[in-house]
Amino acid sequence: MNAMTIVAQDSATMLGREIKHSLRLVRLLIVSAILVPVVMLLLFDYILGGTIGNGLGNAARGVPYVDFLVPGILMMAVAGGCGPTAINVTMDMSGGFIDRIRTMAVTRGALLAGHVGGSVLRTLVATTAVTGVALLVGFRPRASVADWFAVVGIVAAFSFALAWLSAAIGLVAKSVAGANGSTLPLSFLLPFLSSTFVPADSMPAGVRWFAANQPFTPLVDSIRALLTGAPVGNTAYLALAWCAAIALVSYLWAQAAFRRGTR
Amino acid sequence: MNAMTNDSTRNAVSASGLRKTYGKRVVLDAVDLTIGEGEVFALLGPNGAGKTTIVRILSTLILADAGTATVMGYDLCGQAGTVRGVIGVTGQFSAVDDLLTGEENLLLMGRLLHLPATERRTRASEMLARFDLLEAARQTPATYSGGMKRRLDLAMTLMGRPRLIFLDEPTTGLDPRSRQTMWQIIRELVREGVTILLTTQYLEEADHLADRIAVLDHGRIVAEGTPEELKRRIPGAHIRLRFAEIASLADAARVLPEGTRDDDELVLRVPNEGGIRSLRDVLARLGDDFAVEDLSIHTPDLDDVFFAVTGNASKEKSQ
Repeated sequence: MNAMTIVAQDSATMLGREIKHSLRLVRLLIVSAILVPVVMLLLFDYILGGTIGNGLGNAARGVPYVDFLVPGILMMAVAGGCGPTAINVTMDMSGGFIDRIRTMAVTRGALLAGHVGGSVLRTLVATTAVTGVALLVGFRPRASVADWFAVVGIVAAFSFALAWLSAAIGLVAKSVAGANGSTLPLSFLLPFLSSTFVPADSMPAGVRWFAANQPFTPLVDSIRALLTGAPVGNTAYLALAWCAAIALVSYLWAQAAFRRGTR
Repeated sequence: MNAMTNDSTRNAVSASGLRKTYGKRVVLDAVDLTIGEGEVFALLGPNGAGKTTIVRILSTLILADAGTATVMGYDLCGQAGTVRGVIGVTGQFSAVDDLLTGEENLLLMGRLLHLPATERRTRASEMLARFDLLEAARQTPATYSGGMKRRLDLAMTLMGRPRLIFLDEPTTGLDPRSRQTMWQIIRELVREGVTILLTTQYLEEADHLADRIAVLDHGRIVAEGTPEELKRRIPGAHIRLRFAEIASLADAARVLPEGTRDDDELVLRVPNEGGIRSLRDVLARLGDDFAVEDLSIHTPDLDDVFFAVTGNASKEKSQ
């Protein structure tokens, strides 16, 4: 067996472990990754959506508010995966299990690779489920097959980037509660201060600048354009650039944090 | 460096001058250690003596600040990856995956050891049978007793047939029956020729299992030898005779001049280094004339060993 095969094999083993974990904790997946975005969807669509939709006027580009809303909710569902991933990493690092792995001839990065892969898979399941609910409540996408592929690609890329970020947060967190708390700005604050629920240019000046220049806005905008059949422009490239940047920085941070605890 | 460490090929562990500090606190202070292949070596000492730190260094978890060590002939610094391939570690804290069943835990180890699928399965079922976990194989460790968890932990360590096993306080917190089972398992491993480095707080445990014992105090080895050698160095073994009145005590003390009198407690402590024979001798010399209220035999325990061998070290420190 050559070195690359061993890396791939160890990572696959750890991914298999992470999938088993997720299946054992499937209720957690349903509540935190699916139910929370679905509640947000229903809250904003049924209760707040009438007023917001009317207020948006032309900003919604002529689509019903639910069609404007769902792409943002999908990104929220992606960000919602941060907490569980960070918690899983913290729990692994604080138990005796990680010491066992470290005293074995196992590829150093395999454990984190398993967590990141598991996180992306969970997010894909969650976003698919949320899309299903959205279709039931009247979401009518106008995307072509190619558009859908692009949507899945962007969702996976964002999920991958946030998974590394969550892994890094999980590695430096001192406790499970701390790990969860540190991801809350990602999964709640950033979506609200972006074009998730209303367009960024409808916000007050200071917030508008922040909203326009943070990663959520291009991500939501590009998915929204793809799903509503509007011109995508350069938002998709901007979104992918953000994903690449977050992934790279987080990967380096996670590796450094992992090494610090190891030798 | 002592002469023994030169022959590192036949030593399972050969360490010299190991030192570790955390901030200003010296956890290990120039520890030399030589463990022969097939030997059971016990590190004996109280909490905080540095036992776990030695295990963590030798099992590649942390780096020593100074000193060198080889494990199974491989250098700990340059060949840590190779070292990991030949050792097994069962730590003080449970290292099982709580969300996987017992069997899945073993199979996971098999995968990480890159065993072929069939060997993985046979080895896992062998382990389940050997460690009496067959019935619990499909349950998660959450339902296990402390002893079962510890057995699963050790079974996971043995999946890779390690040649050197580190057992960090393998029986701490176990009930007496589970402790006996664990001792039995360790003895079986020894018969298979595995080298074992064991840490323990219990002299009894070291005495039962170890070929050689090193007593650790404040990061230093203060005594080393076979259990017999260590016990010989300890003056703790004695027969305690209690009398009803001071006159009897005085008479007995005349017959047994080697004894130490304690007039307040009406007790005479007679050294008893020779076991049954010297007990019989003491009783014979006492004859039938003395009114002995109570007789008890004291063998050295960890406290005795510890106070005896750390006496000098503490004096040095207080100077």
